[in-house]
Amino acid sequence: MFTYDPVLFSRILTELTLTFHIIYATIGVGVPLMIAIAQWVGIRKKDEHYILLARRWTRGFVITVAVGVVTGTAIGLQLSLLWPNFMNLAGQVISLPLFMETFAFFFEAIFLGIYLYTWDRFNDQKKHFLLLIPVAIGSSASALFITIVNAFMNTPQGFELKNGVITNIQPLVAMFTPAMPTKVAHVLTTAYMTSAFVLASIAAYHLFKGNRHPYHKKALHLTMKAALIFSLATIVVGDLSGKFLAKYQPEKLAAAEWHFETSTYAPLVLFGTLDDNKEVKNAIKIPYALSILAYNRPGAEVTGLNDIPKEEQPPLYIHYLFNLMVLIGIWLTVIAALYWAGMKKGLAFTMKKSFLMQLVLSGPLAMLAIEIGWYFTEVGRQPWILRGYMKTAEAATKSAHVDTLLVVFSLLYVVLGIASVVVLTKMFRNNPVERELEERALNQGGVSS
Amino acid sequence: MTLEIVGISVLWLFLFGYIIVASIDFGAGFFSAYSEIANKKHVIHQVIQRYLSPVWEVTNVFLVFFFVGMVGFFPKTAYYYGTILLVPASISIILLAIRGSYYAFSTYGIKDNKAYMFLYGMTGVFIPASLSIVLTISEGGFVRMDGGEPALLYKQLFVSPFTWSVVLLSLTSVLYISANFLTYYANAAGDDRARDLLRKYALVWSGPTILSALVIIYQLKHHNAEHYTKMMDVSWMFVVSFLFFVLSLYLLIKKRYFGWSFISLVLQYAFAFYAYGISHYPYLLYPYLTIYDSFTNRTMAVALVIAFIAGLFLLVPSLFLLLKLFLFDKKYVKGQV
Repeated sequence: MFTYDPVLFSRILTELTLTFHIIYATIGVGVPLMIAIAQWVGIRKKDEHYILLARRWTRGFVITVAVGVVTGTAIGLQLSLLWPNFMNLAGQVISLPLFMETFAFFFEAIFLGIYLYTWDRFNDQKKHFLLLIPVAIGSSASALFITIVNAFMNTPQGFELKNGVITNIQPLVAMFTPAMPTKVAHVLTTAYMTSAFVLASIAAYHLFKGNRHPYHKKALHLTMKAALIFSLATIVVGDLSGKFLAKYQPEKLAAAEWHFETSTYAPLVLFGTLDDNKEVKNAIKIPYALSILAYNRPGAEVTGLNDIPKEEQPPLYIHYLFNLMVLIGIWLTVIAALYWAGMKKGLAFTMKKSFLMQLVLSGPLAMLAIEIGWYFTEVGRQPWILRGYMKTAEAATKSAHVDTLLVVFSLLYVVLGIASVVVLTKMFRNNPVERELEERALNQGGVSS
Repeated sequence: MTLEIVGISVLWLFLFGYIIVASIDFGAGFFSAYSEIANKKHVIHQVIQRYLSPVWEVTNVFLVFFFVGMVGFFPKTAYYYGTILLVPASISIILLAIRGSYYAFSTYGIKDNKAYMFLYGMTGVFIPASLSIVLTISEGGFVRMDGGEPALLYKQLFVSPFTWSVVLLSLTSVLYISANFLTYYANAAGDDRARDLLRKYALVWSGPTILSALVIIYQLKHHNAEHYTKMMDVSWMFVVSFLFFVLSLYLLIKKRYFGWSFISLVLQYAFAFYAYGISHYPYLLYPYLTIYDSFTNRTMAVALVIAFIAGLFLLVPSLFLLLKLFLFDKKYVKGQV
């Protein structure tokens, strides 16, 4: 029979809210940068297409921001509602970056409001462009501060805990944890990368449908170039993240790699299955690769899961999450590189339908990798909510009704998700690029002497 | 002044800021929806949309700021209020979500949809009602301790006349504050028909706000005598608040200085809100939690205060720019930009 377990329901509800929020948050962090790039290129090249690109992206962006504000408020409150014991403890040490995040978002919201409603209030486009800089800085700063909190949960420091009482608190030490540099870099580069691919998908979709307007070609070219740069950055950061894990969170890396015995010359295990004796079967093994990933040396010793107490081991299914995330990342880098090389050499395949289809899929795939990546890092921290100090089960609320709320919030997210997709498609369908370009040309012809 | 008091003063200021800007927003939404249904849309819709569109996200941040700051300065509130408010706060989140998505989907996306408009208008009434519950709970009497775990007594809360008086005050205040501000805004926009209609709304709601406030003070005498006694110690502040109410109403009736009328109204609420807050001291939740036993450590508090001051240097000029462009820019207000 079912027994009401608030810990389980709190976990599911938090997962659900984050799964939904992370889509909007990723777009919220990455797209302002892409808009800024497009508007800047437009100003430099005096090319109306790029300016319009920035305008249209902004219009869509506003919708995602609005939903992001809603889901962000939800997760902000749910942290205290579902994890009161955690916030009671961690709040004493890590509330500084949480507090700073609200400032960053405040800053972003103010300038976004101004930017949106002042497209035609400045004669000089450059002045309007300047308003976008605080938006981009604010959104990336929000990501920075929130990721600092997440890094703290993985490698907490900057306090002492004795008999449930926290002493000797150092807020800045708590902010600059070992996990912080790689985590922040990983969140930012992947957000930029994903946003670039999402926008590239849209351009590729129009080209795929046979619309060969230069506007879409320029859009694809700009976004794919950005996507390639951020993909390469992500690979570098991903490698550094592996080295961070090996040193500071060996149990997460070991579980992700199904690496049981501590050993040198450790191979990298791709996919496969486990039998009852925890023997890896059907897997692709790349010799020495895990040692290289962990320490840059094939002979390096990598801690195995058997050295971790049983009750502190993360679930083993994160292996598949880790593999999928990495594979999607590599695949996306490859197609971005192919596109770039093809364009450079003037090869025709870049406009072939089969290749364009891959580009159309790149945005959704990148977003999928973001989701899988978050599942990996969050599940990989289990059973801890605050690694080494507090277990997830101790942190959750004991209140009734979490199960009912789970149902209600599921409905809410379904409605919001469907509505945002419908609104976004309607918004752009009803106002195609060609028509808007014509109108703008007419208006400007009328105004300028 | 202790750090505890600095902390709660900062938070109280932000909560006050939220109450004013959010009331304008909630009430405007309600009037907007009402005018749609009562076929007066053409009169006030335009004014409301022009004011609301650029600022709604900023409004929401005031709330987030308040609860994040609360957990920062007073982490134990996360434990007490987090546990107690699971259901009421979740309801608020859902209502806020409906409201936020209206802005996303209707203002930026598609043409107004009547059903959505109605929902949106209703959230303008239900959100303040659901949020006001927190203040009611803070007065004590609605929380039981189950072996160290706080639990909300839903039934007591629901049947208490005190709860409903607070809800009533929140509703009437939202409509009064909003109508008063929008009268000023419509006047600045030179839209006389909208101004006259909104002024009428403001006059209608002025009496009920004062009445419901008086009822609450009377009920508090029985519900929480300790708080009531302390309130009487600062009764002069309520008197000053009332004088500002009279001044604000007088200007509104005389149809003059709408801006000053609104400023008097803000002062009216400020005095009453601070008198309430000061007399609530030191309790965050009667009788379990005070600002002293829930306070974070000194180091964190100092860090938060420094971050707050640094943040203000960033925010105040930005907010000023926002107001200058949309509230005090004559051309924008009149719809010429």
